[in-house]
Amino acid sequence: MSGVRVLVGTRKGAFILTADGARREWKVDGPHFGGWEMYHVKGSPADPERLYASQSSGWFGQVMQRSDDGGRTWSPVGNGFEYTGEAGEHLWYDGTPRPWEFKRIWHLEPSLDDPDTVYAGAEDAAIFKTTDGGQKWTELPGLRTHESGPRWQPGAGGMCLHTIILDPARRERMYVAISAAGAFRTDDGGVTWQPINRGLRSGQIPDEDAEVGHCVHRLAMHPSRPEVLFMQKHWDVMRSDDAGATWHEISGDLPSDFGFPIAVHAHEPETVYVVPIKSDSEHYPPEGKLRVYRSRVGGNEWEPLTEGLPQAHCYVNVLRDAMAVDTLDPCGIYFGTTGGQVYGSADGGDTWQPIVRDLPSVLSVEVQVLP
Amino acid sequence: MTRPTIRVVLPAHLKNLAGVSGEVGLDVPAGPVTQRLVLDALEGRYPMLRGTIRDQRTGKRRAFIRFYACEEDLSNESPDAPLPARVAAGEEPFLVIGAMAGG
Repeated sequence: MSGVRVLVGTRKGAFILTADGARREWKVDGPHFGGWEMYHVKGSPADPERLYASQSSGWFGQVMQRSDDGGRTWSPVGNGFEYTGEAGEHLWYDGTPRPWEFKRIWHLEPSLDDPDTVYAGAEDAAIFKTTDGGQKWTELPGLRTHESGPRWQPGAGGMCLHTIILDPARRERMYVAISAAGAFRTDDGGVTWQPINRGLRSGQIPDEDAEVGHCVHRLAMHPSRPEVLFMQKHWDVMRSDDAGATWHEISGDLPSDFGFPIAVHAHEPETVYVVPIKSDSEHYPPEGKLRVYRSRVGGNEWEPLTEGLPQAHCYVNVLRDAMAVDTLDPCGIYFGTTGGQVYGSADGGDTWQPIVRDLPSVLSVEVQVLP
Repeated sequence: MTRPTIRVVLPAHLKNLAGVSGEVGLDVPAGPVTQRLVLDALEGRYPMLRGTIRDQRTGKRRAFIRFYACEEDLSNESPDAPLPARVAAGEEPFLVIGAMAGG
């Protein structure tokens, strides 16, 4: 029977949760790297035993870890993240120019077919790549040096490149999202990039439909329809049917269209999940009820999923990288909260159970299906 | 004459990262024993520590790292200033400290 492995990054270490395909009984392993901020842990689609982890600390900076045995043992790999050439300047919160300065890696996206190739999204925003299993990281500078770069400004969480999506059909195409610059696409393997923010409207910026400046929180894509993208923006849930060239709003009847993660069902490309959060100044669920909302029709019409989730006095948040789906049937959905709970659903979101309740604040959740 | 082994104490997180327990003993080249010499030797032996104590590009001490020895704060000394004689003699350790910060 196949099983699943959930990789959880928290503010104070990483945890590995495993279960068989029924996904009822869980083993919790960790903390790995106790005390360190683990922004992201992700496995290679080409080799599930190969994991990469971003380990960081305000004291000691950025460390990268790699496991070749599914997280039982880890080895530090290269942590030299240098911007190529002149780092340049972007806008600071107060509108003054500020030099690009590397702070940490937010997101790791292993190649779909080569375990040694990984993309890494950095704060301050840039994308790096390794082709030797993490020993050496090289920037793809075409993104950071885009002519709009000097106009990028950080969001409240920093100027982070937090989302990387690889197109399984067109291998040279890749999407990234940056807070608070917006979404970008490359069609040539990362050499050149174009902003893909047309149709986004953000009331928080002076020109609400500007080319850049949008606080995109997360992008999601179903691999069978890579031209269809879903977006949770700061406010607004959005959809593109043309690889990001244009966007339209699909918030519909959500109780709030503010939120962070967004995910697509593994087998139903029109089934989408979000976690509405009350507002940008109140980072907790509306009415103190933790509800995942599901649309089965690609947006606009949403249903609350509540069974097994706290429906009173719940004031946690779910961060942008903290939701994942597995590819079993029925599809499993997982998310982690800032209160340290990791919830799982083995039936596409109809019912939920806490896998573990008292971890440190959860930064990221990924899931692997094991043979 | 054999140069004494330089003693270095790391904070717990960096001991874990380097896979060491207790003090680290370093053999350093002849010449004045400086912070730079000690950290170069430390990072040479434990490459996973590169970037965790000082910036990999500039060599500058990370903001929340401190260097102490012989009850002195040497954090803001020149990296090329000689360390205290007792450190050079292997009688006292060179302490790498994670600064008190946060809540």
